[in-house]
Amino acid sequence: MGKVVVVTSGKGGVGKTTSSAALGAALARGGERVAVVDFDVGLRNLDLVMGAERRVVYDLVNVIQGEAKLSQALIRDKRLETLHLLPASQTRDKDNLTPEGVEAVIGALKESFDWVICDSPAGIERGATLAMRHADVAIVVTNPEVSSVRDSDRIIGLLDSKTVKAENGERMEKHLLLTRYSPSRAERGDMLKVDDVLEILSIPLLGIIPESMDVLRASNLGAPVTLADEHSAPALAYFDAVKRLRGENLPVTIPGEKRSFFGKFFGRKAA
Amino acid sequence: MLTTPRPIRLKGRSYLALTLKPDLPIEDWLMRLDDLAARSPGFFLRRPVVLDVEELDIDRTQLRALSTQLAARNVRVLGIEGARPSALAPDLPPAMSGGRDSGETVEESTAPASGRSVVVERIVETQPRKASSSLILDENVRSGQSIIHLDGDVTVMGNIASGAEVIAGGSIHVYGTLRGRALAGAMGNGEARIFCRRLEAELVSIDGLYKTADDLGPDIRGHAVQFWLNGETFNVGSLA
Repeated sequence: MGKVVVVTSGKGGVGKTTSSAALGAALARGGERVAVVDFDVGLRNLDLVMGAERRVVYDLVNVIQGEAKLSQALIRDKRLETLHLLPASQTRDKDNLTPEGVEAVIGALKESFDWVICDSPAGIERGATLAMRHADVAIVVTNPEVSSVRDSDRIIGLLDSKTVKAENGERMEKHLLLTRYSPSRAERGDMLKVDDVLEILSIPLLGIIPESMDVLRASNLGAPVTLADEHSAPALAYFDAVKRLRGENLPVTIPGEKRSFFGKFFGRKAA
Repeated sequence: MLTTPRPIRLKGRSYLALTLKPDLPIEDWLMRLDDLAARSPGFFLRRPVVLDVEELDIDRTQLRALSTQLAARNVRVLGIEGARPSALAPDLPPAMSGGRDSGETVEESTAPASGRSVVVERIVETQPRKASSSLILDENVRSGQSIIHLDGDVTVMGNIASGAEVIAGGSIHVYGTLRGRALAGAMGNGEARIFCRRLEAELVSIDGLYKTADDLGPDIRGHAVQFWLNGETFNVGSLA
């Protein structure tokens, strides 16, 4: 049985879709079978970021409503045969997602994939709660600024109460992915510092993705940054995050900075 | 803008209320209720009644019908206890919870002809109790969460996040950072205090008197402090 990961944040524009694609591609490069599912019905983007927008025939809503089979809706990535995308519908609205339908789709995906990555829409409404509902692991994407941090805190509260795991009295495994981090702006005090964010959210740190033009360039190319430019700083950070997601104990570093300093600094905080 | 803001005091107050506990089928129960009312006219007159539907499988339509039937009998329902959220609606009495039985029970003196009585179950007592039981939370209180514990103290081992609130009948102890709201002595207890290891609060309140972030001086922000009341004055002291 595969693992279901929800990529969520509460706030929009923090990098959920970029991270879903990048993490999905990074996992798939290791040979594991990965399905990335877009839950943002009505405002889909994942197909663009993964460069599959011209290949969408059926989508998540079609599958849930029984108009298409799961195998017909899944799009296999042209660059990586282990990477698959289940797109959202752009023309329907979120009310077409039913709890039973989502449960059935996730259940079926778990059978045939090692990782099912659910790209959550922003907000705390139906789309977001259904995206997190069946997750085994949550990745909370946060920018180092106050509104994003507070929205993430709200989402963590929901992860601990509104998911199947929480309702069964189990603990939801949660990881913080800090995105769009700029060391120079943090130094000037324009951004929240990493340890401030960790103190507020109190969940382990999965990685820090630096603010970089490489991310934007990859999006415009229609490729996850971990495929478009695997040696770029954000790609390296995503690869490290995936290692930690697999359970490796790796000190958190910001690419381009001295490893020893940050290793000491974050190793303690993120424990 | 108000130049001299006079504080608005919000306080809990408790009253005795009768609870009515219908059973199924409702029609039979209503007949027994009518029987009781016929024998003791004015039994429910001017008495606040809480409807307890905890053990009833009842949906909104049925609940609305029951509410109408009771209104027709001059039974004024002030709240509904134990109903599923989906069964409630804005035009129905609000949900109530946390009622406690008082020692008193209303006995029905005349034996009913049918052999079964309408059970006027109990009198709900929500008198302010002595702050006795305390609630300990091992984790952070997250933004959007609201912890209400009117029976006594609340101890939070982690943080109270911005946008979260803790309402306690007794004192509030925060071993992490207090960023959200802490309302102590919420049932009218001026002896309650608020303690935190690091103060970044949006609002603190004791016994209905409150201070917002702007009222808290910059000199105590980020420090370990306690708040207590001295009459109507808010006091703050360092915990160092």
